Amino acid sequence: MIKCEKLSLGYDGKAIVDNLNFEVSDGDYLCVIGENGVGKSTLIKTLLKLIKPISGEVIYNENLLPTEIGYLSQQQQLLKDFPASVFEIVLSGCQSKVGIRPFYKKEEKQTAKEKIEKLGLLDLMTRSFSELSGGQQQRVLLARALMAGQRLMILDEPVTGLDPEASQNMYDIINELNKSNMTIIMISHDIKVALEYATKVLYIGEHIFFGTTPEYKKSRGMA
Amino acid sequence: MKDIHIYLSYPFVRYAIVVGILIALCSSLLGVILVLKRFSFIGDGLSHVAFGAVAVSTVFNLTDNMVLVLPVTIIAAILLLKGGSNGKIKGDASITMMSVGAMAFGYLVMNVFSSGSNLAGDVCTTLFGSTSILTLTKEKVILCVILSIFVISAFVLFYNKIFAVTFDENFANATGIDTQKYNLLIAIIIAIIVVLAMNLVGSLLISALVVFPALASMCVFKSFLSVTVSSAIFSVVCTALGLFISILGGSPVGATIVCIDIFAFFIFYLIGKTGH
Repeated sequence: MIKCEKLSLGYDGKAIVDNLNFEVSDGDYLCVIGENGVGKSTLIKTLLKLIKPISGEVIYNENLLPTEIGYLSQQQQLLKDFPASVFEIVLSGCQSKVGIRPFYKKEEKQTAKEKIEKLGLLDLMTRSFSELSGGQQQRVLLARALMAGQRLMILDEPVTGLDPEASQNMYDIINELNKSNMTIIMISHDIKVALEYATKVLYIGEHIFFGTTPEYKKSRGMA
Repeated sequence: MKDIHIYLSYPFVRYAIVVGILIALCSSLLGVILVLKRFSFIGDGLSHVAFGAVAVSTVFNLTDNMVLVLPVTIIAAILLLKGGSNGKIKGDASITMMSVGAMAFGYLVMNVFSSGSNLAGDVCTTLFGSTSILTLTKEKVILCVILSIFVISAFVLFYNKIFAVTFDENFANATGIDTQKYNLLIAIIIAIIVVLAMNLVGSLLISALVVFPALASMCVFKSFLSVTVSSAIFSVVCTALGLFISILGGSPVGATIVCIDIFAFFIFYLIGKTGH
């Protein structure tokens, strides 16, 4: 689905990651792990085409459309008093698909409702986003990400700032999605959880590692 | 009641009411976005830029100062919104710089080159809009109507996109929406609103027209749509009320409208407090 060859990443021509090689196939669950500041988020931004790689290239399978990619970022406090209902936010996820058309179609509203139900948010549909708990907010944003894309989900530390219960709930949902054949690329600093669910591991650090989860465990002497 | 009837028979009063209500509607639409993006003062900043442009066009004796004022204000709006997101000088500081700069420059130009005898009066009118809304020419009214229709239809047509882009610009970007394009559109709309609103309340009170309806509605309503609709109604009702009071009582238009906005804001604030 996505293949990266000899990728160097960074800002303003200064590389922070060199010679990154990895491949993601349909149905994979890839966990990207590593210390803070090694360039995990930079990698995600490159995959989302928000920044250009310094050298090397990201090759997308030609049948992977941009409208099949969903994205969930770290929990952010940015516009926390924005007056917006759960439904409005989830619905806005498919904005990239509507093009120039000014209003949403009935089917799109229906899909938004289905996603809200799927993530157990039906009771909260008309509630204001700012009144929800951190875990609920992340689930709303995940529902929005599902509106944006169904095939590949890119998650950047989705459980940061959540309590253990909400985190576990989030991991369960992501695991569910993967089981229903959605490809997952997730950044995490929680190696234990990553190894529990992921099928492949990309470790970014002094020695870059890419391989299946059992291979990673073996290389660390954990198996 | 009879008085109102008599006043309404004058065309300039009818013009003032039409233009006033349109401007009130336009200025309330983007309020929520400006408040949340910490750009409450952009109205102030831009209106001072517009004040500078008005001063320059007065000196050059341009019969229609919109030719100069509108483009200058639009450019300033684009620069401010662009600079606010990634510039070295952050939003509030760049707005302050631009607004005091344009203000000083405008006043200086007016003072040095103006041939008019009533300089203080001219400046006061531009700053407070005192009676200018009651002296609108037919051409200006038509221009106002056209610009208002542009603003309102752009807002309605791009409502969902403006929501997506302002709620979470990162996400919008990541899913392939050209956020730059919509930020540009927002900047242009803001500039037009400011230029329009100068007629109504003058350049010192514009922020009130932008901020009060949004803040009041956010006290009571929780979804973007309900806040937007409520802001529009709030703004139109307060402005209409203010216009009538100032026409009947002879009080300054801009200041009267803003006072009513403040009063209505407190009512909404109290409703919001007791509602929770």
